[in-house]
Amino acid sequence: MATEDHGPMAQFEIKSLIDLNVGGYDISYTNSALFMTLAVICTFSLFWAATHKRTMVPSRIQSIGELMFEFVAGMVKENVGKEGMRYFPFIFTLFVFILFGNVLGLLPYSFTFTSHIIVNAALAVFIFVAVTIIGFATHGLHYLRLFCPAGTPLPVAIVLVPIEIMSYFIRPVSLSLRLFANMLAGHVLLKVLAGFVISLGIFGVVPFLAVGAVTMLEIMVALIQAYVFALLSTIYLNDAVHLH
Amino acid sequence: MELEAAKMIGAGLAAIGVIGGGVGVGIVFGNYMTAASRNPSLKDELRTYAFLGFALSEATALFALVIALIVLFT
Repeated sequence: MATEDHGPMAQFEIKSLIDLNVGGYDISYTNSALFMTLAVICTFSLFWAATHKRTMVPSRIQSIGELMFEFVAGMVKENVGKEGMRYFPFIFTLFVFILFGNVLGLLPYSFTFTSHIIVNAALAVFIFVAVTIIGFATHGLHYLRLFCPAGTPLPVAIVLVPIEIMSYFIRPVSLSLRLFANMLAGHVLLKVLAGFVISLGIFGVVPFLAVGAVTMLEIMVALIQAYVFALLSTIYLNDAVHLH
Repeated sequence: MELEAAKMIGAGLAAIGVIGGGVGVGIVFGNYMTAASRNPSLKDELRTYAFLGFALSEATALFALVIALIVLFT
């Protein structure tokens, strides 16, 4: 263990825990997969604890479950309206999964799977494809009006349509990149600050306090980014359902 | 100039773009505070928009940060 790499990027290394190789594809069970499993287990146990003994006056753990549920339900209802509640289970699952991924990653020596862009890209591309399919299924070819709002004069449309098309296709990129960069930057900052604590000797108290403050900031960022990911998904869904 | 040194300088230059994101996020939340204190009854409704604006303006800053990281680590 003495030769282990302790640089700021070492925490993002994917290590294989159980080697699996099926038909030439490497599908090993990695630490990333372990933390995804942990996130799912945490979600299940939290909501099992919140709902297995339901009372009119909610207990503490039931309140937590109800708060999260109502928070996301309110967000979906506010942005998409009644029709949007069909997609509420998906948005809620997404929110809780990312939330637990971010928060579990803040524990020391743990792994943040949302700090790998491929995980976020898979989620974002799924949302992008789903929103496109929902849009075409509800509006047919009329969905293409999204790129050219009604009543646009032709000279404006020539400029507007390419921009709208580009911004539509950049959605999955910005959606995944936002979460990835936030998590990456926060965790690198924590590790770099923590590196100063020992090397500065007695003055290490200053970076030590800074690590505490940044950890609090990171908890906030973890919550906000899960919220933002779910919020943007609902807004994209609103475009597909209502065609602004 | 050596390649390694040029990379460091390039990453530093690319990270300058984050300034804009900082200013943007500050404006978004500052104006949210102003709006919420002028009309507290709209606070909850405005929060959604504030976070939306925060996310969109932050994304541009993060593009710059990601370019800096790509320059540095590839």
